[in-house]
Amino acid sequence: MTTILGIPIQALFGQLLLGLINGAFYAMLSLGLALIFGLLNIVNFSHGALYMMGAFVAWLLLNEMGLDYWTALIVAPIVVALFGMVLERTMLCRLYKLDNLYGLLLTFGLALIIEGVFRQLYGISGMPYAVPSALAGGWNLGFMYLPIYRGWVVLASVVLCLGSWLLIEKTKLGAYLRAGTENATLVQAFGINVPLMITLTYGFGVGLAAIAGVLAAPIYSVNPLMGSNLIIVVFAVVVIGGMGSIMGAIVTGYLLGLVEGLTKVFYPEAASTVIFVLMGIVLLIKPAGLFGKGN
Amino acid sequence: MAETDILLSVKDLHAFYGESHVLHGMTFDVPRGEVVTLLGRNGVGKTTTMRSIMGIVANRKGSIRHEGMEMVGLASNKIARQGIAYCPEERGIFSSLSVGENMLLPPVIKPGGLGLDDIYALFPRLLERTGSQGTKLSGGEQQMLAIARILRTGAKLLLLDEPTEGLAPVIVQQIGDIIRALRAKGFTILLVEQNFHFAATVADRHYVVEHGQVIDMIRNEDLAANMNKLKTYLGV
Repeated sequence: MTTILGIPIQALFGQLLLGLINGAFYAMLSLGLALIFGLLNIVNFSHGALYMMGAFVAWLLLNEMGLDYWTALIVAPIVVALFGMVLERTMLCRLYKLDNLYGLLLTFGLALIIEGVFRQLYGISGMPYAVPSALAGGWNLGFMYLPIYRGWVVLASVVLCLGSWLLIEKTKLGAYLRAGTENATLVQAFGINVPLMITLTYGFGVGLAAIAGVLAAPIYSVNPLMGSNLIIVVFAVVVIGGMGSIMGAIVTGYLLGLVEGLTKVFYPEAASTVIFVLMGIVLLIKPAGLFGKGN
Repeated sequence: MAETDILLSVKDLHAFYGESHVLHGMTFDVPRGEVVTLLGRNGVGKTTTMRSIMGIVANRKGSIRHEGMEMVGLASNKIARQGIAYCPEERGIFSSLSVGENMLLPPVIKPGGLGLDDIYALFPRLLERTGSQGTKLSGGEQQMLAIARILRTGAKLLLLDEPTEGLAPVIVQQIGDIIRALRAKGFTILLVEQNFHFAATVADRHYVVEHGQVIDMIRNEDLAANMNKLKTYLGV
C-alpha cells in the first residue's frame, strides 16, 4: 500500500475529504455570520440553531408531507429565512444602536429556546435522513473512495459560496450591501430602504445556514444539538478569517476544515482543539484576523 | 416673493441629540434656483440643520417643507426620494467600493439628472480613476466624487456640507467653478460654509446661524456693505 510519511494514502485522502466536508459547512455558515455581522453588527449566536432548523424542516417535509430532498433544498431555506426575518423585525432590530454584546446575548438565548423546543418535541437521539437516490453510491477514484453525496456537498457549498461572493462583490445590490456595512446612515440618506435591506440580509444569511442544514441532514443525523456542536467552531473560523470579511470567511472555512482533517491523520488527539489553537495564534499576531482590515 | 418660488422652507426647526437640544427654532427659505449658504462658527448647528433636513437626525420638531410637502416626519430614504441629495461633511466615500461604484451608488430617483458624460465633463479627473478604490483618491478628488455622485439622481436640491474644508486653494477654486456651473444648470444648492470669502463667490444669499437659530439674512449683493456686521457674527 502506498504511504506518505508512514500514513496510508487512502487514510490521508479519506481524512482530507472529511476535512473538506466540514470546511464546506464552516464556509457556508461563517459566510452568513460575516454578512450579518457586517451589516447588522450582531454576532448571530442563533446561527447554529437555524442551521439545525434547516435540517429539521427537510426531515419534516419528508416524513410529514412526503416532499423529497430536492424540494427541501428550496423550501427549507425559505421557511427558515422567513422565520429569521420575523426574529429580526420583532427583536433584533431593537438592538442595533446598542453594544453588540446585547445582540450576542439575545441570539444566544434564542438559540437555547429553539434548540429546547426541538429537543422537547424530538428528543436528542437524532433521526436518520436517507441520501437521495440520485446521489447514492460512490466512485472509486483509485487513490480513494468518494461517496457521491459528499462530493455533491462540497460542490454545492463551493457554488453557493462563490455565488454569494459574486453577488456581494460584483452587483449593484452587493454594492448597496458593502456601502451599508460601512455607513448605513448615508446609504439610507441616498434613498435606499436600509431597514428592508437589513431584514433581507439577515434572511439571506439565515437561509444559507438552512441550506447547509439540509445538505448536512443525510451526512449527520438530524438532531436538535447538531447546530450547537458546530457553531463554536464556526465562530472560531470567523474570528480567524476576520470579522466582517466575506472572502475571509469562505477561504478560512475550507482551510480550517482541511487543517482539522490533516490533524486527525497526524495527531488525532489535537483534532478538536487545533482550530482554537490557531485562533489564539492569529489573535496574538493579527487581531483583526487573516483577512480583516483592522480598525 | 411668491410662495411657489420657495423650494425648501424650514420653519421653527428644533433638533435634539439625546438630551441635548441643538437647534432652537431654525427658520429660513431656500428659493428655487439659488445658492444659499448657512454661515456660522463651529458648533452653531449648521451640520445638524443639514442632517435634520435629511432625516438623519430623527429627533426633530417644526416644519421642513420641500415643494410644499411636509417632510419632518419622514425617514431619510423617503426624504431623499422627494428629490433632495446630500453630500456630507466627511464626504462619505465608501472604501469597499471602487470610484465607479461610488459614482453609481445613489439610486436615480427622478428623471432629469445629469448623464455620466456631463458629470465626467465637470469632473474629468474622476474618469481616469473609475477603477481605483474610493478612498485611494486625494482629499480633493474624494470631495469631487462626493458631489459628482449625487448629480445623476435627478434630485434638484443639493445639500453640500462644507465642501471646501481642508482643501488646497486651487481645489477650492475648482469647487467654486463647479457650484456656479451647477447653479447654471438649474440646481438649487444649500451650502454650509465657515469660509465666507468662498461663500461670497458662489452664493445668492447667506443665513447667519448662531446657537441653533438663524440670526440674520444677508443677500450676496449686500455683503460688502455688511462686512463688519458679518465679521462680528463670525468672530473673525
